[in-house]
Amino acid sequence: MKDKTFNGKALFVATLVSILTIVLVFYGSRELQNFDAALVTYLFGTVFAFFGIVYRYTVWLQRPPTWMYFKRSIKFLFTGKIFAHLWFLGKESVQNILLQKFIYPRSKWRWFAHFCIALGCLSAFAITIPLTFGWIHFTLAPNSISIYEAHFFGFKMMDFQINSFLAFLIFHALNWSSWLVIIGSVYYLRRRLTNPGLIATQTFEGDLLPLILLIAISVTGLCLTYSYQFMKGFAYDFLAVIHAVTVIMFLIWIPFGKFFHIIQRPAQIGAHIYKQEGIKKGMAVCPHTGEEFATKLHIEDLKIVTSQLGFDFTLEDGSSHLDLSPEGKRSRLAQAHLKARSQGGNLFG
Amino acid sequence: MNLTNFNTKEEFFVDMQRCIGCKACEMACAECETNGQQTLISVNYVDRSSTIQTTVQVCMHCEDPVCANVCPADAISQDEFGVVHTASTERCIGCSNCVMACPFGVPKKVEEYDLMMKCTMCYDRTSVGKKPMCATVCPSGALFYGTREQIEEMRPNSTPINNFIFGQEKVKTKVNIMMPKGSTELRIY
Repeated sequence: MKDKTFNGKALFVATLVSILTIVLVFYGSRELQNFDAALVTYLFGTVFAFFGIVYRYTVWLQRPPTWMYFKRSIKFLFTGKIFAHLWFLGKESVQNILLQKFIYPRSKWRWFAHFCIALGCLSAFAITIPLTFGWIHFTLAPNSISIYEAHFFGFKMMDFQINSFLAFLIFHALNWSSWLVIIGSVYYLRRRLTNPGLIATQTFEGDLLPLILLIAISVTGLCLTYSYQFMKGFAYDFLAVIHAVTVIMFLIWIPFGKFFHIIQRPAQIGAHIYKQEGIKKGMAVCPHTGEEFATKLHIEDLKIVTSQLGFDFTLEDGSSHLDLSPEGKRSRLAQAHLKARSQGGNLFG
Repeated sequence: MNLTNFNTKEEFFVDMQRCIGCKACEMACAECETNGQQTLISVNYVDRSSTIQTTVQVCMHCEDPVCANVCPADAISQDEFGVVHTASTERCIGCSNCVMACPFGVPKKVEEYDLMMKCTMCYDRTSVGKKPMCATVCPSGALFYGTREQIEEMRPNSTPINNFIFGQEKVKTKVNIMMPKGSTELRIY
């Protein structure tokens, strides 16, 4: 495959997004009034992750097949019955992004473990990123020592009693995320260490390291709570540094490794929209089997994409090899083989 | 990939005229650990209304795989031995671009998983020096995995070729097809 190593467009977009993030941090934290300086290393890690994610995403979008899907999905989404399309988008987002229902048929335990990791990670992102940016902060209510207020972008969002059950849930929110991530990651680590198919194809940095990193982040994060709650702050500073190191490693690894699939997954919805809209426009019929096998739109787009990638499957009669269904292609190959064998005078050699 | 004992002297040789449609390879394929009980080899009648001819198709592991090129999610990879791997589960978005673009009709979309799966040349076996499942059970010699010397001795009137012409496109593969002696390519009309 032909890959370039430097991409000007991606550099521009990623730099722009990084600058925008820093600007939003500045104003979102009310000119740094609400910014927690202790979290500055996390901020650097997050901005770097944003830069890397946007850079890679932009490079990725420029690939002909990705761009074709992206372009078509966006167009379909905002043409015709827009509300029906947005409803479909919402439904698909819940089913595929939030619930990851496509994993369930592969194995219910795999689904459960993945759901735990996803819920743990997404909730942790939702909590830590705004905290790191100074967008969320907590204060005591004026003239009170028992009511806490939560602020977002400097605006009061809610208040709660400090000793209430709700407060317990909120203050320990990251602990709940950690337990979910640990449960899921341990399941997957066990699977990767015992499944022969996975052992044969996995790599340490691609498949095992991400799980180890997730467990390390979660365990060190939990240790912080246990240190100050039950161990009188024993080794707290050390644990805080170790936790920061694991989290920052995770953040800067997002654009390069397995975690990038979190960013890529919404493309699945694009593929579903593309298929749904394609069906409305009509199905392609295989000239060999005489049966419908894909949408006409898909086959026509694929001819464009393969051509952009430097492949030309045009046949002598002007049709394309891509007009055939997979079964049709296999059959035509077998017929060509039979013809060659027959001409050779010996069917079996 | 991990450290392996992939035997680079052994190759895959396919002779679809020898396929008797018994589907033993399909059963064996489902035993491959990398497949998760899915059978990924294809056996089908070529033109059922006019002939009993059947054909068998494994992944040909193209040198420049169209499937990987057209994948919008970068889910298909090729390793240092030239083996084109099945879609990575975390990346594949189930779009079927690879299924429709493969000139040999190999990748399969498993609808309920929303995932493409394809033959990995039984990487769990070949990476430790064993033969692919399908080749170990084929009773008619349509699928053979071994050295070039072995196949030349077994099929003295045939030549293995790995160049295919699909219209304007030339495709070179890791897997060979047995052709009449002296052939250099197979043109698909």
